[in-house]
Amino acid sequence: MNLFTQQIVNGLSLGAIYALIALGYTMVYGICKLINFAHGDIIMVGSYIAYVLLANGISLPVSIIASVVGCVIVGVLIEKIAYKPLRDTSRISLLITAIGISYLLQNLCQLIMGVNPLTFPSIINIESLNFFGVTITGNMLVTLIISIILMIVIDLLVKKTKIGKAMRAVSEDREAASLMGININSIISITFAIGSALAAIAGILWAANYPQLKPTMGSLPGIKAFIAAVFGGIGIVPGAVLGGFLLGLVETMTKAYISTQFSDGIVFFILIVMLIFKPNGILGKNEKEKV
Amino acid sequence: MNNTLFEVKDLEVNYGLIQAVKGISFKIDKGSIVSLIGANGAGKTTTLHALSGLLKHKGQIYFEDKDITHLSSDKKVSLGIVQVPERRRIFANLTVIENLEMGAYLRRDKEEIKKDLDKVFTSFPRLKERKEQLGGTLSGGEQQMLAIARALMSKPKLLLLDEPSMGLSPLLVKEIFNIILDINNKEGVTVLLVEQNAKMALSISDHAYALENGKIVTSGSGKELLNSEDIKKAYLGG
Ligand SMILES: Nc1ncnc2c1ncn2[C@@H]1O[C@H](COP(=O)(O)OP(=O)(O)O)[C@@H](O)[C@H]1O
Ligand SMILES: [Mg+2]
Repeated sequence: MNLFTQQIVNGLSLGAIYALIALGYTMVYGICKLINFAHGDIIMVGSYIAYVLLANGISLPVSIIASVVGCVIVGVLIEKIAYKPLRDTSRISLLITAIGISYLLQNLCQLIMGVNPLTFPSIINIESLNFFGVTITGNMLVTLIISIILMIVIDLLVKKTKIGKAMRAVSEDREAASLMGININSIISITFAIGSALAAIAGILWAANYPQLKPTMGSLPGIKAFIAAVFGGIGIVPGAVLGGFLLGLVETMTKAYISTQFSDGIVFFILIVMLIFKPNGILGKNEKEKV
Repeated sequence: MNNTLFEVKDLEVNYGLIQAVKGISFKIDKGSIVSLIGANGAGKTTTLHALSGLLKHKGQIYFEDKDITHLSSDKKVSLGIVQVPERRRIFANLTVIENLEMGAYLRRDKEEIKKDLDKVFTSFPRLKERKEQLGGTLSGGEQQMLAIARALMSKPKLLLLDEPSMGLSPLLVKEIFNIILDINNKEGVTVLLVEQNAKMALSISDHAYALENGKIVTSGSGKELLNSEDIKKAYLGG
């Protein structure tokens, strides 16, 4: 029983990071109908920026802020330079561009930082908590708290603020939103900025939990977070959170009870099965596309 | 005295190789209702989209004697040129009140926005009753009212209405046209009304243009066009 509870805690903590990344995927998809495959690599950018600053004796808060700012700049520039010129072309060319950008970021990182893995310093030095034999490490605790706070902030932002309402309006009908005087380009930039900021935080949390940095480190969590977003219903904000946690749980449980080696394969398999029954994700409406 | 609020010169719009609007020119006087009538596919919506800055076009557009040809759609809205699009285009997943807030997107005067919201709810009590309801759950008539109310929230000087009577029962059409008259009379908003329902449109218009295959073929006062034999044949069913 304790082992099971322990796995749930582990799964939620892992899932929280997936959820943060998935939010970026889903928000960008909602606004641009673009699967931004370079999103996972922003995690890498974020953790490398934090690593370099920390290694040079910069304080943790400043390093975190710089990493967020850096990722926001990279994310917004990618949209402006690579995606915007292709906005009215086919979705396939956008997708291919996104994959290209993903490799570009990885190669740039390799060029600047080298291929050898780096070790992220331990930044969260809180004692583990013990409840009835279930251990919550400081890393897990901080990951969960920060992620949940950020999810609440994003939820409020999308639901209550003017920018959030404009984002929903743009995601529903870009032309009608333009007719309201909403500047589509700024809404898209803001969306990329928010997604990239979340990815920066996710990257630092990821590095705190799994301290090995490599240029390709963002790839797998990125793909999984994308799956989480699809799981929950792509374009739907609560769906990304739900999908992220579910994926974290499924992955951890599979690793604990079925197989460590095949856990990723099993996760993908579950996704495929679920998409057969709920093609639009758990929270997605099962409706035909409107004319 | 120059009473022209809005002027279009030689407007041309192409979709790829197809020319949908073939060099049209017209003027709208301040405080007037001008209608642009024409059959399905004549180029009415294309014209309005070009005027709102959604489509690339040739020709010039002047508003309050300034050349606004190259302004983006949000700049045009901020000047007070606001469109109520064809088929209403309500944000279905936003509540009625959120839809209205989107209409006021560019405004910063919070107090005034609140007052205007109350005013809109007084003019459209049915929207007030449904203010927390999602836009997509409203009936067609209610959606048209919301679309007009949403545009009013931006404090327009010139309202571009694209077929507001489309798909509505005759009773509702009458109600919508009364609302348009009110907006023009009481609020002093200038109106460019695009309609297939030529009879209704002409009956409330100071001036009108008939569009056929992307060209203006007739123009005159609303009354003149109502009585014109050509117009009767083409648009009023004989
Ligand atoms: N997005 C588009 N692409 C290509 N042709 C279009 C497009 N929209 C409209 N058209 C064509 O332009 C012409 C004018 O259309 P439109 O402006 O919608 O007419 P109206 O509003 O008067 O019914 C039509 O022949 C229509 O088929
Ligand atoms: Mg039309």
